[in-house]
Amino acid sequence: MKLLTHNLLSSKCLKGVKVGYPLRIVAKDVKISESEYNMEFVLKMIPKLDWKVLVNAAEQIGHGNNLPIELIEDYEDDEELLKKIHHVLMEVEVINGELICPETQRIFPISAGIPNLLLNEDEVS
Amino acid sequence: MKYFQYLLWFAHEHVPFRLIEIESIASALKIPIKWLEPPSDKPWYLVELPSEEAVQKLSSRSVTMRRAIQLWADELTVPKLHATLKEKCLNGILEPYKSKSFKVDVDLFCNSQTQEEKLERIESFSYMPFQGHVNLKNPDVIFQFIEYYGLDPNTAPEYPTRAFFGRVVAESGRTLIHELSLKKRTFIGNTSMDPQLSLLMANLGKVSNGDLVLDPFVGSGSLLVAAAKFGGYVIGTDIDYLMLHGRTRPTRKQTRHIARKDESIEANMIQYSCVDKYIDVIVADSALPFWHNDVEFDCILADPPYGIREPTERIGSKESLPIVKKEGSPVHFPSKVEYGLNEIIKDLMRFSSKHLKLKGRLLFWVPVFREDYEETHMPRHSCFKLIGNCEQVLTTFTARRLLVFEKIKIPQDSDECSCTIPSSSTFREKYFTHGNENRLTRKQKKAIAAKNKEIWFAKLNDANVK
Ligand SMILES: C[S@@+](CC[C@H](N)C(=O)[O-])C[C@H]1O[C@@H](n2cnc3c(N)ncnc32)[C@H](O)[C@@H]1O
Repeated sequence: MKLLTHNLLSSKCLKGVKVGYPLRIVAKDVKISESEYNMEFVLKMIPKLDWKVLVNAAEQIGHGNNLPIELIEDYEDDEELLKKIHHVLMEVEVINGELICPETQRIFPISAGIPNLLLNEDEVS
Repeated sequence: MKYFQYLLWFAHEHVPFRLIEIESIASALKIPIKWLEPPSDKPWYLVELPSEEAVQKLSSRSVTMRRAIQLWADELTVPKLHATLKEKCLNGILEPYKSKSFKVDVDLFCNSQTQEEKLERIESFSYMPFQGHVNLKNPDVIFQFIEYYGLDPNTAPEYPTRAFFGRVVAESGRTLIHELSLKKRTFIGNTSMDPQLSLLMANLGKVSNGDLVLDPFVGSGSLLVAAAKFGGYVIGTDIDYLMLHGRTRPTRKQTRHIARKDESIEANMIQYSCVDKYIDVIVADSALPFWHNDVEFDCILADPPYGIREPTERIGSKESLPIVKKEGSPVHFPSKVEYGLNEIIKDLMRFSSKHLKLKGRLLFWVPVFREDYEETHMPRHSCFKLIGNCEQVLTTFTARRLLVFEKIKIPQDSDECSCTIPSSSTFREKYFTHGNENRLTRKQKKAIAAKNKEIWFAKLNDANVK
């Protein structure tokens, strides 16, 4: 699971959960891979992201990459920053670990890089 | 500067998808098309495009097109075509290409030719002042001659009713169909979508560089591969844990005895050199809301479960696997309740009304029993405009339709959504009863059709063998 995906997922499908975001990450294995930088993609992605959640997630698993706490305004022209963002979004991957619901502590396992968000029959709201 | 027209020359298949494919690609690439002839079912479009570069960009994505030709002559008879071409040669149309190596390809649509007849046709252009060498393998310039004998091989006239000659300016994206062939793909499932239709979906979805693309019923990920090939960054979800972990039973007989390793959607993305565009796949039930509220996709592509092929798939692939929760088992397989087609579609549309960008496209297939097909059964939602409804005939009685929706407004509480496709169980019943009754005749028909198609393509390809 890439940190980009983490930024998009919630546990609000759980019974009784209101927001379910962001999910806490427990990373057992983290893999750093290479993915070709594509400025257009990063620029399209940034407005879709929750910036703080991204920065925190990266720090949680030890790959903070010196991202600024607040996203600077003219990020479009800062190629170095865009590349850093790209790295955190697409190149840092949790292979084995857990996603944890912030409200109920329900654990969603990540194995072989694939998060499992299936619920038990009795958890569906 | 001379004024030129282009002929887009098509393969004779998936005809209902042609126009929307070309229009969608042009719209995605912001290329204005001027129609010089209203688009029809004939295997060409006659258009004016802003530049040769635009033609090349458009062609390279199309999987219904064969190639694009800069039109030098377009006449109702072959003698007239030669007359026009002679005059144009006198006016110097060949000048820039005169000393280059070249070849002439000949296509006869709805007719056949022997090798000799083909050579004869090529020779008939010998008045053209070529100075370069003929090079069949790797020519600098390719010229295309086309004779059109109508659409029905049974009533083909003696002489062609239209003839074209021109310079080939671009080949189409059809090489991708072979590149992505399921036969050589690392990981496939029982319901893997064939490459051409997957590519068509990505084109109709206007997938563009850097787009965020979702397939909520991802299976073996065929749609993701196609979307990634056109620059989409892809995410998929599927309820089937074993599928996403590449642990369903092998679907290829010949590999049954070989231990399968690294079978996954990611492995396919690596195989096709587009792993840079692979974001993730997630085991999840698309009926439940697990995306964060603000998530916005640029395109949603889906091949939802119809309950036609899937149950047959289950018998083989899941009976021996742990469906019930076992103590100590790390994975829980929740029991599943029936999820009817209309419900799936309504959920998908409601979900997309929320999570698709404005003007973004949602595409999915629905099964239809051809006799019962009524447009009013098709899904509708007040946030979406239906802009494409293309039929792919499967058998005499059955078909599936690819619906293409564009999001036209932000959702509100008052939005309405309906879908009344005759229920999948009825459909399945009919599908199988009619299927059985007609199995023999259908098989025969299929064989005949396949043979016709073969002859047909042999004809078309004849001149194109490189
Ligand atoms: C027709 S197949 C898709 C095949 C895919 N296009 C491919 O190329 O392999 C439908 C898929 O939907 C999945 N599915 C069925 N119900 C689902 C649900 N409620 N949520 C998510 N996926 C589901 C099935 O496991 C199956 O893989």
